[in-house]
Order: sequence, then C-alpha cells, then structure tokens
Amino acid sequence: MADPMRIRAQAAGDKVTVRVLMSHEMETGQRKDSSGKVIPAWFIQEVTAAHNGKTVMTAHWGPSVAKNPFLQFVVKGGKAGDKITINWVDNRGDKRTDEATVS
Amino acid sequence: MQNRRQMLQRSAALAGALAGLGLLPRAAQAAWNSAAFEAKNMSDLVKALGVSAPTASKDVSITGPDIAENGAVVPVGCASSLAGVKQLLILVEKNPNMLAAVFEPGDSVEPSFNTRVKMGQSSNVFAVAITADNKVLFAQKEIKVTLGGCGG
Amino acid sequence: MRRPRWRVLALACLMPFAVQAQKSTADGIAEYRKMLEDGNPAELFEMKGEDLWKQPRGPKKASLERCDLGLGPGVVKGAWVQLPRYFADTGRVQDVESRLLTCMSTLQGFDAAEIAKTAFGRGEMANVTALATWIAAQSRGQRFDLPQRHAQEKRFYELGKRAFFFRGGPMDFSCATCHGEEGKRIRLQDLPDLRTNPGDGIGFAAWPAYRVSSGQMWGMQQRLNDCYRQQRFLYPGFASDVTIALGVYMGVNARGAESIAPAIKR
Repeated sequence: MADPMRIRAQAAGDKVTVRVLMSHEMETGQRKDSSGKVIPAWFIQEVTAAHNGKTVMTAHWGPSVAKNPFLQFVVKGGKAGDKITINWVDNRGDKRTDEATVS
Repeated sequence: MQNRRQMLQRSAALAGALAGLGLLPRAAQAAWNSAAFEAKNMSDLVKALGVSAPTASKDVSITGPDIAENGAVVPVGCASSLAGVKQLLILVEKNPNMLAAVFEPGDSVEPSFNTRVKMGQSSNVFAVAITADNKVLFAQKEIKVTLGGCGG
Repeated sequence: MRRPRWRVLALACLMPFAVQAQKSTADGIAEYRKMLEDGNPAELFEMKGEDLWKQPRGPKKASLERCDLGLGPGVVKGAWVQLPRYFADTGRVQDVESRLLTCMSTLQGFDAAEIAKTAFGRGEMANVTALATWIAAQSRGQRFDLPQRHAQEKRFYELGKRAFFFRGGPMDFSCATCHGEEGKRIRLQDLPDLRTNPGDGIGFAAWPAYRVSSGQMWGMQQRLNDCYRQQRFLYPGFASDVTIALGVYMGVNARGAESIAPAIKR
C-alpha cells in the first residue's frame, strides 16, 4: 500500500479545518528520463473525504496538482472527537485511506 | 485592465473551453472526465453549444502568490461566497493540460479549497464555480513563475 | 492622424485602475514562502523516519531505539543541535547521517558501506534521509550548541574551516566563493555567510529541508553533495571526514541559532 497521509483536523466553533499531505509522485507524463523515454503519467485522480463515515467531499485531480499534494478544506458542523477519513485513488488503481480524529 | 470587448472575448473563450472540457451544466459526473483533463488549450476546446457564457464574478475568488519562486509548487485557493455551489474548478491557462482540479463540496463542506499546483510558466490561473442552478462564474489571477537560482 | 500625446494621457487618467502597493520581488517571494510553511511535505518524511526508528529491521531484526546520537542510547530530543560531535564507541567525530550508518550496521546488521554508495533517494539511503528528518524535527526550535571539548571536535572545526576556504576544481571555487561574504545571492536565493552565525533558521539551521523544485527531502549530506556538484568539484563521499568537518565548522559558527529543521525550500 502507498505511504501514509498526514491528516490534521482542528475544530473551531462548529467548523473543522482539515489539512492533508499526501505522499505521491504526481507524474505528469510530460517528462522524459535520461534515455529519452517518456516517464508515464502517474497521479491521484480521485480524492474523497468522509466525516464520521459519511462522504462529504469528492475531488477529481489531474497531473497538474503538485507532487506530495496538499489539500485544505472546511467541514461544517464538526466537533472534536469526530472522525475524518480521506481516501485517494490514482490512475494505476493504487489507493490509500487514512483517518484522523478531530482535535 | 480590460475593456468590455476584451472581457466578452475572454468569457466566450472560457465558455468554449469549459464546453469542450465537458464540464458545463450536466449531472454531477462520478467518473474521471479524461476529455476534460486532457484538454490542451482554450482554442482547441471551443465547442460552444447551448451553454451560458461564464461570467466574471466577485462571488468567486482565486487566491495565490503574485510570484512563485518555483513553478513546481504553487499554492492556490478557490472559493465562492454563494450557496449551492456544485463544483469549483482550478484552471492554469498556460499548462499543457489546463484543468488542474475539480472539487465537489456537497452540503457539509465549505466551497473553499486550498491546494498546490504545478505551473509550467507564468500564467493566468482561474477559479470557476458552477452553481446548482447552472450558473458558471469565474475569477482570475496572474501568477508569475520564476525559476529561482541554484542555492537554498 | 497621430493622436496628440496629452490626449492619450488624459484618457489614461480617466480609465479606472486598481491601486496596488508596489510589492518588491523580495516581498513577493517572502509571501510565497510563507504560504508554503503550513503543510510542509517534510512531515511525510518525519512520519516515515519515526516508523523506521521504531521498527525492527535489517538482518538482526532490531529497531534503532538503542542508537546513541550523543545524549545516550535512545535519546533523540535535543540530539540534533549537538551534532556533529565526538563518539567514544567509534573514536570518530560524526554527524547524524554518519551516526545512522553506525547504528544501522551495529544494531541492525546493515552494510554501512553499501548504504553510503547508494544514490540519494534510493533504498536504505532514502531511509537514512527520513530518519535524519525525524531526528532533526525532534529538536525543532532548540538552539545549536555543538560541543567543542574533545580534541577531535576542535580538530574537526579547524579541518572544516580549511575545507571551507579550500579552492579547487576547474572553476577554482571554494565554499567561501558563495558563502564567504555578506550580501551575496544567486538569482533570487540569498546566500548566507557561513563564516559566522547567519541567524535563526538560516544556513546550517535550515537543513534537512524539503526542496519543492525537485520534490525531494535533502539532508546536509545531500546539500553538500550538490554544493560540490555546483562547484564542479568531486564530492568527498557520503559521511566522509571532510563533509563531517564542514558540518562542525558551520554548526559551531551557528552556536545559539535556532534550528527550524526540517524546513521547506525552493
């Protein structure tokens, strides 16, 4: 399985700010290696976020998203102790799911 | 500073681009839209049919630095102050593949996202909001990209 | 018909324009760097490093939790800001990456020479970088206080100083060519003067760092490797005495400076 994400979720009032760092090459498919061969595109295509098990956000990404992607968003109506789950799937079908508790 | 004619031209071009990207009003797409993400540039994508021209709007914002030391990692934010935003898109005009990201906030997430994109060169960056009643609104910002030096 | 200049100027004045404070390029770059501080991908390497420290690995299936980084076996907090230093068990002055080679071989059974030959970012070398990142993070915010009591520590300071000013290679460069004077820069990067204390979080105090331009995590060894490449000079070898000595020179000069490692860089 791919390397773990770093998820931080902080509550302020009834809003939870979620910050995620994902470990991924996000290769565009535009680069060539030293022998001139194109390095194939390899990037996260879909990201979903769940709050206490319920999907709250979906994102579709292209290879323009930077390597080791950072994502920040705000969940409404959350509080400390809630669970935030982030899941990503890349164009090779690799995936990763990690969970964090809101502090 | 744009005059009205330039702004309308830009709206039309963006409409064409979005139509060509297959992103304009349609049911929320669950599948990854390869045609959209492989779209190369504005002119290649003009397929404008029966869609309203996207309009510049103060209800959409694109945030980011004025100048990025390195185009490999450029922090950008897209947001809308409107209710019922279905999708928020980030476009980098001069990238080989213009569409960088699509966010679907749903009801429980604020229509405001921050991420980092790769920019091949200095370019306009767009945030596009598509609302539940199929309005298409955009904001843009120019971000300069420098190579940076050899140190640090 | 040529438009008279005054009429053009008048039109320009009538056009509404956004009043913008003139932001200098340096301010713009500072703003960009600030935007990247939250969410440094180095944190991914910190996580990996912590795992690697605790996980039993290698032919001896042991963890690194008994590794002595200078403050006693297993003591990590505060160790980074006292490295490089003399170690009695090896009889050598060592930096963190050299010390990790020692621990990975004696505790875990890895072949230190093999790791030293491995390219940066690959195999066990990548693990050394992740470990160094986590170890440095455990001293974040502390101030450099390298010991200079042992004769070898003092000798290595002098060796480092000599290496720093030693000119060689086809361009006749030394470290001092770029880092031996106040106020130098390469394009947009300010070059810290490493002959003295360049200040909190600058120079020696800013590595290991995540470099966004390559999306790589760099320890001081890789930073030095790249300096030598830029000087068109042979890299003295991973964790060699010269590279450690340079670390002593820079680290002792930076006494009192706050470590911000792992940092984020262009």
